[in-house]
Amino acid sequence: MNGRAIQAETDRLSACFAKAGAQTVYTDVLQPADTLLDLYGEDIRGRSYLTSDPALGEMVLRPDFTVPVVQMHMQSHANPARYTYAGRVFRKQDVNPGRATEFVQVGFEVMGGDDPAAAEAEVFATIRAALGDLPLRAATGDIGVLMAAVRGLRTTQARKDALMRHIWRPRRFRALLDRFGGRTPPPASRTALLALTDPLDGAPALAGVRTRAEIAARIASLREDAAAAPISASEIALLDVILDLRASAPQALGRLRDIAIDMPAIEPAVTRMHARLNALHLRGIDVDALEFEGSYGRTALEYYDGFVFGFYAAEGHQPPVATGGRYDALTARLGDTDVPAVGGVIRPDLVLAVRGHV
Amino acid sequence: MLKLGVPSKGRLMEKTFQWFGKRGVTLRKSGSDREYAGAVDGIDGVDLVLLSAGEIPRELAAGRIQLGVTGSDLVREKLANWESTVRQVTPMGFGGADLIIAVPTGWVDVDTVDDLDAVAAAFRATHGHRLRIATKYHRLVREFLAREGVADYALVDSQGATEGTIKNETAEAIADITSTGETLRANGLKVLSDGMIHASQATLFRSSRSGWTMAQRDTFRVLEHKLGL
Repeated sequence: MNGRAIQAETDRLSACFAKAGAQTVYTDVLQPADTLLDLYGEDIRGRSYLTSDPALGEMVLRPDFTVPVVQMHMQSHANPARYTYAGRVFRKQDVNPGRATEFVQVGFEVMGGDDPAAAEAEVFATIRAALGDLPLRAATGDIGVLMAAVRGLRTTQARKDALMRHIWRPRRFRALLDRFGGRTPPPASRTALLALTDPLDGAPALAGVRTRAEIAARIASLREDAAAAPISASEIALLDVILDLRASAPQALGRLRDIAIDMPAIEPAVTRMHARLNALHLRGIDVDALEFEGSYGRTALEYYDGFVFGFYAAEGHQPPVATGGRYDALTARLGDTDVPAVGGVIRPDLVLAVRGHV
Repeated sequence: MLKLGVPSKGRLMEKTFQWFGKRGVTLRKSGSDREYAGAVDGIDGVDLVLLSAGEIPRELAAGRIQLGVTGSDLVREKLANWESTVRQVTPMGFGGADLIIAVPTGWVDVDTVDDLDAVAAAFRATHGHRLRIATKYHRLVREFLAREGVADYALVDSQGATEGTIKNETAEAIADITSTGETLRANGLKVLSDGMIHASQATLFRSSRSGWTMAQRDTFRVLEHKLGL
């Protein structure tokens, strides 16, 4: 695509975000790999362009802006802060060889503040406004509702932790849920292990970093798990309703309120969703036209932990033109305090592609 | 000419020569034993190219050879979307080896991929870094673990003596090729019962025919007939 047209669109979007009060920030294209890869894991590592520097160690071509921008914010401590940035990001496309391996992202992030619903509405509405009148479908979700539902299950903390960790990996989440619910039996090897009085008695010598104490601790937690009652079928059914939910945002809110009667743990998250829809309405968004999917964002980057959204072209199977969401937990991992953070990015090349088809 | 790439040394080369020989196509090294030049008898229009087994996938994908014998694991590891660039002609029934995940035998609490995942979570919380899996099969292992939904691990590159990495404390688990499991056992390692990533064997592959000449297509048809395919 025409580089000059993309540059012009990038400038236009950056100007929109600057006009919305964002400070322009810059980050290096070449980033230290350690922090990024420890945070994102192998899925992103497999899609990143890695290189090594004799003095700096392993480096990566910026796979996204969020981490360096958060790190920058953690040093400035401005509150609240609005940032915008623009530049290329790089992703290998083994699985979809037709897709771009480098493309521009123009981002808008809001950090700090004390009204999360307002900040979410601000980010969504600012991005929607920057996209102008492009005919795009908006999809939304809320990982926070899912997390609250898992946290509220009447089962052991260990099981909740295990499910929470796999919210972003639907297949393993389902496998765990089936086992914790007693729908699938534990593997035979586990039953055999737990039948022994002391599985570590006469166990082979250990090699490597993992210690005998760690193995003993895992066996103790397996015993605890085997003794725990299964998660009730009715609770799993409620979780499934949330996961399968697809409706307009106001309808989804109604359904979730219904579920909250039997599952009070999701009440605060549902109240927050209500506040968000009000805030979106105040910003002129037609919330009746917003789609809500209970599982939306589960296969996106793992750091989103609340409101998530994406804007899609009506036809074709292109990646979303814009995406974003809340990522409070990420700021906690990168700094010493967690700062509420929500943001999103637009791809100017895809804006132009959609505009060309209009 | 139709170029046939064959591993340039060792048992894989000998077995490949035997496999073709049994079907009336004689492959042999020409000149001295140290030379990597080959000759083909029993069919016209086929050139023998002796290459490292690891380079054959790339040469096939690039279209520099039209046929190649190599491990099915290597094609999957070295080529993204291998099915869109090369085609399998036939498995050859030798060179069998399994790409598996192995952990220390002393890990009595670990038997399945599910166990490995749970241990990775606890390990990361305890040690402050991801559970390391040493391998040279990055693509295959990563795809397998992503499909299985395993988290909190990191792959570390190991191009040889992978079984030793655990004792050396540079990895907690390994993913490697094994045929009998003897080296694993000798190093105090056991295989995850559901951790079979790929059952590999020597396989005859061909490049995409779109770039082939008429003569190459004709020769391939004759060869297919001779090989009984």
